[in-house]
Amino acid sequence: MISLNGQQSDVRAGETVAAALSRLNLTLDARGVAVAVDGEVVPRAQWESFALAEHARVEVLTAMQGG
Amino acid sequence: MIADVHETIDTPGRASPNGAHASDDAAAGRSAQGAPSPEAAVSPAPPAPSARADELTIAGRTLRSRLLLGTGGFASLALLGEAIAASGCELVTVALRRVDPQSRGSLIDVLADAHVELLPNTAGCHTARDAVLTAHLAREAFGTDWVKLEVIGDEDTLLPDAPELLRAAEQLVDEGFVVLPYTTDDPVLARRLADVGCAAVMPLGSPIGSGMGIRNPYNIALIRQAVDVPVVLDAGIGTASDAALAMELGCDAVLAASAISRAQDPVAMAQAMRAAVQAGRLARGAGRIPRRLYATASSPDVGLPELGPA
Repeated sequence: MISLNGQQSDVRAGETVAAALSRLNLTLDARGVAVAVDGEVVPRAQWESFALAEHARVEVLTAMQGG
Repeated sequence: MIADVHETIDTPGRASPNGAHASDDAAAGRSAQGAPSPEAAVSPAPPAPSARADELTIAGRTLRSRLLLGTGGFASLALLGEAIAASGCELVTVALRRVDPQSRGSLIDVLADAHVELLPNTAGCHTARDAVLTAHLAREAFGTDWVKLEVIGDEDTLLPDAPELLRAAEQLVDEGFVVLPYTTDDPVLARRLADVGCAAVMPLGSPIGSGMGIRNPYNIALIRQAVDVPVVLDAGIGTASDAALAMELGCDAVLAASAISRAQDPVAMAQAMRAAVQAGRLARGAGRIPRRLYATASSPDVGLPELGPA
């Protein structure tokens, strides 16, 4: 099971970060978005190639009002 | 309350009608009683800023507005846009949070339309590790290496965790970030943060969102004296007079968030803060008169008529 923003997801091991982003209706050109997998930044350039492992924790973040 | 620390008054014996002693006292940063007043503690005061160009430079970026805006707490993105316009600010903070597919409207789009630069924060981080990772994610998301570094040590007061803050600041500076740390009003910690290469320091006036203003104006003045980087008063501002006081104490800029966003009329308060920051800055440059226990006549004794018995 791969967790996506703290929720169980239907993303399966071997799928890419880009595939996970599509579950959140985000495309590769989404502005102001960053991804961390298991506490490490995955740069945008690797979104299409980075394959997720079983039990990966994917965090997809963007700007929110704050500070 | 503020008046308590302002009780640095001239005694009658030292008072002079032409105020000559006053300027000496102000230049020395001391009253006749020997206690420094917060405003005078940093001396000499900077030359009066010209109305033409009184720009603030942080890490090579020039800002015409000395008011920074936190975007948290606005009831809507439309209201945020209006408040930004009214405030005249050019730099606004944003937080980094999980994408919500259900959310409507884009904060990024609103801020782009307002032509403001983003200052991502690390709000919600409690360790240096989390703050450093958040800064990296913000750089990835927004393409900026600027970060308002927050490492919180206590949930009730949201006060900074000094050791973790310093550790995170050092690491991020080493990694090439432009680090603006949210810090306590401790001049020693502020100096340590500047020493490790922070581009500015952002001391609190009082806890975040408390609206209690500047609880220790002496320390804020001491921080201005202790570091060579810009000092941005962050947190605790409740209303316009707090922002003016920050600038009178020598701060280079003020960051306001809740004071504007949670005011009954945020757009009007944004205008008020803008004017207060400008007024405080001008007053700081102009050099205030010292406080005195007794009156100093502002009309001359010479030429006073004798008007006969009552």
